[in-house]
Amino acid sequence: MKIGVLALQGDFAEHKQMLLRLGVDVVEVRLPRDLECLDSVIMPGGESTTFAKLAMRFGLMTPLREFAHQGKALWGTCAGLIFLAKDIGRDQPTLGLMDIKVKRNAFGRQIDSFTTDLQIESVAGGPFIGVFIRAPSIESVGANVRVLCALDDGTIVAARQDNLLATSFHPELTQDTRVHEYFVNMTKACKPGYPDVDDPAL
Amino acid sequence: MLQQDKQTGATNGANANGANANGRHKEIGTISLKRGLAQMLKGGVIMDVVTPEHARIAEEAGACSVMALERVPADIRKDGGVARMSDPAMIVSIMETVTIPVMAKCRIGHFAEARILEAIGIDYIDESEVLTPADEENHVSKHDFSVPFVCGARNLGEALRRISEGAAMIRSKGEAGTGDVVEAVRHARAILGDIRRLKGMRRDELYTYAKEIQAPILLVEETADLGRLPVVLFAAGGIATPADAALMMQIGVDGVFVGSGIFKSGNPAIRAKAIVEATTHFNDWKIVAEVSKNIGEPMVGINVSSLPKEELLATRGW
Repeated sequence: MKIGVLALQGDFAEHKQMLLRLGVDVVEVRLPRDLECLDSVIMPGGESTTFAKLAMRFGLMTPLREFAHQGKALWGTCAGLIFLAKDIGRDQPTLGLMDIKVKRNAFGRQIDSFTTDLQIESVAGGPFIGVFIRAPSIESVGANVRVLCALDDGTIVAARQDNLLATSFHPELTQDTRVHEYFVNMTKACKPGYPDVDDPAL
Repeated sequence: MLQQDKQTGATNGANANGANANGRHKEIGTISLKRGLAQMLKGGVIMDVVTPEHARIAEEAGACSVMALERVPADIRKDGGVARMSDPAMIVSIMETVTIPVMAKCRIGHFAEARILEAIGIDYIDESEVLTPADEENHVSKHDFSVPFVCGARNLGEALRRISEGAAMIRSKGEAGTGDVVEAVRHARAILGDIRRLKGMRRDELYTYAKEIQAPILLVEETADLGRLPVVLFAAGGIATPADAALMMQIGVDGVFVGSGIFKSGNPAIRAKAIVEATTHFNDWKIVAEVSKNIGEPMVGINVSSLPKEELLATRGW
């Protein structure tokens, strides 16, 4: 299995490190040709405006959309979540793949950044440490989107739509690989010809 | 007040019952959150801006953050006199203009300026040698703040001393406002070279080395184990071209600050965009060559070796 990490800007090295710990081959994606032979792609934390500028200049928007339309898995953390969304409430290019309405910097500026314990659906084994840094939130989701995690006040911070996964927080900044394992399983399930995730041959 | 908020958060957490207490107990201002924001800036360019209009140009070019200040270092150098923290109103006007994180500078040791910047909600404070130092012995005790700090360093010892005081990000000092990259290269090579040497040392040699470079042994050990600084390292001071940015990335820094190099050049918008592109694609020389074409006049610059010693900014800080 080969997973790409969008490496235009941001904490892509941290995602790479987590995947290497899980024994996955990792490719840094900066140009359309880097997408060849990949089974899935992670879009890291960073600045979503920077991602958009660089992805447009180097022709990555359409290839990334086609990648998703082939049914391959995509996961966006923080800025990556913004980049995945259909509606971010302002004039800024995104991939527009996931049927979610996103609020940027929803919790405030850096001094409002926080960590908190989370219960995430399908992530077993106790609370997961959510690291929220100038994080976005998901204000609302479409009918085809499943909420995987919401804060007590109802704020949605993780969601899934078929082959697309979005988290407001940064699992790559923890030592806990459970959400990355979830995405590796998702990658397997989305791969054509591998219908059964629990297949012992995997 | 921020301290109080932290305690309130802890009390709420203690009262929370049941496993499903998502987001009820929040911790703020932790070391991992401070270092974490710097991790989000990696592979990016942080640009000095003096007006909201500059900030818009920087964001449009793809900057991952901006440094709000009244004068770029080249002008501070030219004007002379005491250089202080910028007017908070001017900084706030830039914070209101862009959605990317905004940094601002305080003088070395001037914790009151730092508190003011924290009070207006700045995202990162640069305790900077570019401004006139306010304390010739002590730096700000940065652990006491909820807002993260970045500090300049010329070698590993200086970097680790700043980290021990609470800096959550390190940059080379370089020689700001010159457009001459030589000092940024010297400092980045010194920091990264010191770490390479450290990796080859036996455990029992680290104690003497820590003493030699005047750094806390625990941070020396942590750096040896990690094989890198425990925080993000950026290049700063004299970067003026896409090639300069690619050079610094190749040497091994995580990203670059560009100060006077953009808005003192012939065409800031085009140059800013080119430096962003060269920083992302620093391993692809065809792209670096492409983005270096037709970007107008660079800032004129000052040869650092022609500067008298008393005009060097990098020697400030201890």
